[in-house]
Amino acid sequence: MSEHILSILVFFPLVAGLLGILVDKDSIRPYAITVAGIEFLLSLWLWSEFDMNFAGMQFIESVPLIEQFGISYTLGVDGISLFLIIMTTLVTFISLGSLTVTNRVKELMITVLVLELTMVGVFVALDAILFYLFWELSLVPMLYIIGVWGGPKRLYAGIKFFLYTFTGSLIMLVGMLYMAYLYYQATGTWSFSLLEWYRLQLPFDLQLWLFGAFFLGFAIKVPMFPFHTWLPYAHGQAPTIGSVILAAVLLKMGTYGFVRFSLPLFPDASVAFMVPIAVLSIIMIIYTAMVAYAQEDIKQVVAYSSVSHMGVIILGTFALNVEGITGSIFLMISHGIVSGALFMLVGVIYDRRHTKLMSEFGGLAHVMPMFATIFGIMMMASVGLPLTIGFVGEFLSLLGFYQQSHMLTLVAGTAIIVGAIYMLSAYKKAFFGEVTNEKNRNLPDVNKVELFALVPLTALVVILGVYPKPILEPVDRSVTAMVKLMHAKAVTDEGKNSIADVLVNKEAK
Amino acid sequence: MLTPIDVSFDSLHIETLIPMLIAIGGALTILVTDLAKKNLDKSLYIMMTVVFLLLDLGALFQTDLNQRGFFDVMLVDGLAILGQLIVILGSLLFVILSFSKKSFHEYLYAEYFAFYLFMVAGFQFMVASDNLILIFVGLETSSLALYTMIAMHNRHTALEAAVKYFTMGALSAGMFAFGSMILYALSGSVEIGKIAEVMTAGGFEPMALVIVATAFMIGAFGFKMALVPFHTWVPDVYEGSTAALAGFMSIVPKIAGLVVTIRLFEFLLQSGIIWVEIMIYALVVLTMTLANIWALVQDDVKRMLAYSSISHAGFVMAAVLIGTTHSNSALFIYWFLFLFTNLGAFAMLWSSRSKTTEGRYDHTFEKFSGLIKTMPLAAFLIAIFMLSLAGVPPFSMFFGKMYMISSAVTSGYMTLAIIMALNSAIAAYYYLKIIFYMFFKEPLANAEVDPMGNATLSVKSLIGVAAFFTIFGIFFVNPVMEMVTYFVYTSGY
Repeated sequence: MSEHILSILVFFPLVAGLLGILVDKDSIRPYAITVAGIEFLLSLWLWSEFDMNFAGMQFIESVPLIEQFGISYTLGVDGISLFLIIMTTLVTFISLGSLTVTNRVKELMITVLVLELTMVGVFVALDAILFYLFWELSLVPMLYIIGVWGGPKRLYAGIKFFLYTFTGSLIMLVGMLYMAYLYYQATGTWSFSLLEWYRLQLPFDLQLWLFGAFFLGFAIKVPMFPFHTWLPYAHGQAPTIGSVILAAVLLKMGTYGFVRFSLPLFPDASVAFMVPIAVLSIIMIIYTAMVAYAQEDIKQVVAYSSVSHMGVIILGTFALNVEGITGSIFLMISHGIVSGALFMLVGVIYDRRHTKLMSEFGGLAHVMPMFATIFGIMMMASVGLPLTIGFVGEFLSLLGFYQQSHMLTLVAGTAIIVGAIYMLSAYKKAFFGEVTNEKNRNLPDVNKVELFALVPLTALVVILGVYPKPILEPVDRSVTAMVKLMHAKAVTDEGKNSIADVLVNKEAK
Repeated sequence: MLTPIDVSFDSLHIETLIPMLIAIGGALTILVTDLAKKNLDKSLYIMMTVVFLLLDLGALFQTDLNQRGFFDVMLVDGLAILGQLIVILGSLLFVILSFSKKSFHEYLYAEYFAFYLFMVAGFQFMVASDNLILIFVGLETSSLALYTMIAMHNRHTALEAAVKYFTMGALSAGMFAFGSMILYALSGSVEIGKIAEVMTAGGFEPMALVIVATAFMIGAFGFKMALVPFHTWVPDVYEGSTAALAGFMSIVPKIAGLVVTIRLFEFLLQSGIIWVEIMIYALVVLTMTLANIWALVQDDVKRMLAYSSISHAGFVMAAVLIGTTHSNSALFIYWFLFLFTNLGAFAMLWSSRSKTTEGRYDHTFEKFSGLIKTMPLAAFLIAIFMLSLAGVPPFSMFFGKMYMISSAVTSGYMTLAIIMALNSAIAAYYYLKIIFYMFFKEPLANAEVDPMGNATLSVKSLIGVAAFFTIFGIFFVNPVMEMVTYFVYTSGY
């Protein structure tokens, strides 16, 4: 049974979602929540079956799809992807559970389940074309969510989201096809299998070009500065559930892509691009933090802060050592939980007041103490307060990058601290002081459904903040193996020097 | 005094002609039936056409590979077989669309279906020969039949379309004649294989004449396959024809043209004359890009699809430019997948029926507003066909695009590959436009539209078939790829 666990995990939401078409539209809610719950349990089952002491790919399934051209249906999971999958199923489950949309609920629920298929698929695909397939397909349900349930400018936001990412991915596709061709030249057979590709050692100039092609696809998805312009529109117009999934999972596809494709395939190019990318991420951290500070709409604040923290993830990834990459993966998970929760919290207040302008609020801590507490914890986690989930990843990412460049890390660290200002000031504006707006005087505090969503996330934020080991350990093991591979594959001296030789380090300790 | 030539019947290899003879025989049978008894229902003629095309298809499978016949003018190589396969399959599927609920003027005439079969035979001759004269005869037979079929749709736009198409067709026929004439002058032969041989031996001298001949040929086939800048007739002709015929025109005549183009330009591209390559490169890039940009601003879905099909033709013309087994296989795979997806797209247009006939266009974007509310299944089907055309995986067309771009990458045409990728992104916009109308807009208040008003059970089943192959195309790509690569490889392209 457990040898097909990944296929079950990928296709269960789709099959169950399609069967859901037969369910009456007034009763669809419990059905979809059950399906998402089962999917979450399945992912926990995957965790329990997962061998923590093995660094490589587990539960590998492989069926040839287009044999002639080397495309196969290959799935597998390792420490890097395992927790991203669990985070995906958890966020989907919780966001469906706390859904407040009332029009066309059935379509929305089915769409989210289809979206879940593509999200899980991206994280388990070990074939480049299969990865691309899930990657592109994820655009369609998301476009639908923005286009139907979004705000007044939803069409513009939707088309911008779709075309921007679609263009980037097509360039990435060209890169993938070229990579497969290089494999063909080297071995005489076509293959898109990632594990096969890992065995290729590429000359430096080819690495640069291919890195560039993959970079465009991933960077637009993340989104890295200067490709981030689609995201504020998408967040601004998307309904709560759309923003939650977009911030928590879809953006992680980009950073996951960097870890899964760019680093191990092109180690030397990664070294060569390390500084430029680090500079871009620092610009991204500072610039989006400043933009966030200027926002009047609380959802935009959260959106920009989410982009800002994606910068830290990129920085950690391009530290190219075990600490940095492990940290960035942990940060992906924590960012998923925290930014997902923040968007839900914004959704809570939006449902009550139908506005997201901060000037409309003020003194909410008096009327909604519970809401203010949870928001406070999430915000602290978001700015990386020690003992919250946000701290672990940020600390490790910076620690990792410190080994590459003291100066840039210092700038990034300062930027993150300064960045905390906008969150605190937004919090102050909305929650402290006197209740100035009469409309806010009698707002009800969070209700049971909302608590169902927020309490587990808050608990996770604290628990994993205090004790991150169960996640860090398997991630660390797989990342160590990957860095070892990168070091072994590096062809230039600079590459060999910049990518830490894990074996040497471990023995020295 | 003429001496009788002694030719044994066996050496004629008359079996190479059998598929075409079946189509012609079918056409004659339809005409004779009509003579014997007037006013028979169109369903009889449609089914007769289907039966003869099935026989035609069966006969095609019986032919031997790499056979020459009929005084060596026939050449049944892999390309011929693949070309005929797509021609017959396409014609077979599109003729079923004639089972419309609404009555159309042209279907009252048995001659329409006779023309249809003559046209199929013409296309078959075109792809199954490397003799420029026979290609010309095939081309003209099919084109004349097609002009007439367009004109039989009794609306003034149809007449305009037919006359426009005819005029342009005549011009392209002239160009073809001039091009062939120069090639004949240069090599003393009208067989492409011989021409290639002689010209290669002579070092492609004089260069100026070779370039002029290439230019004429590009003009001739540019008109036939609607490549930019020879495309100006396309939108009006598509607009004037029925959706069923427009869909047909976007598939079948083009594959016939493409096969001849492969045969003709493959050796010209290898001549080492840089201008030949530049001309075709420019043709490919302009066709892809400009057609895409024009498609962005269309108000009518049929015109949009017309431009989109120009762009698709430009996309596969890249295969001719690249000229490897990989790219030529990609061309046929692409066209196989395109056949089913475009069949679906045009069949959905064909099914939708406006109750009013005001306004210039049959199928405005507004007509599809809020279709998801009024008829969700139809909206979903159109969405799937559009996403497939846009190249979104896992729908079938993605694999065609992927294989085509891959062929560019493997032959060192990196710039071309990126242009192709970017064009797919531009194209996504106009395909999404109709999805936006269907899913994100409210239905028109006074919508006089019945989205499946023109569809009978047969048409619906056909849409089902198209949808099946579009959605599950991923599982059919491997066998198609194996077959196509085998045929292309054995014909030496």
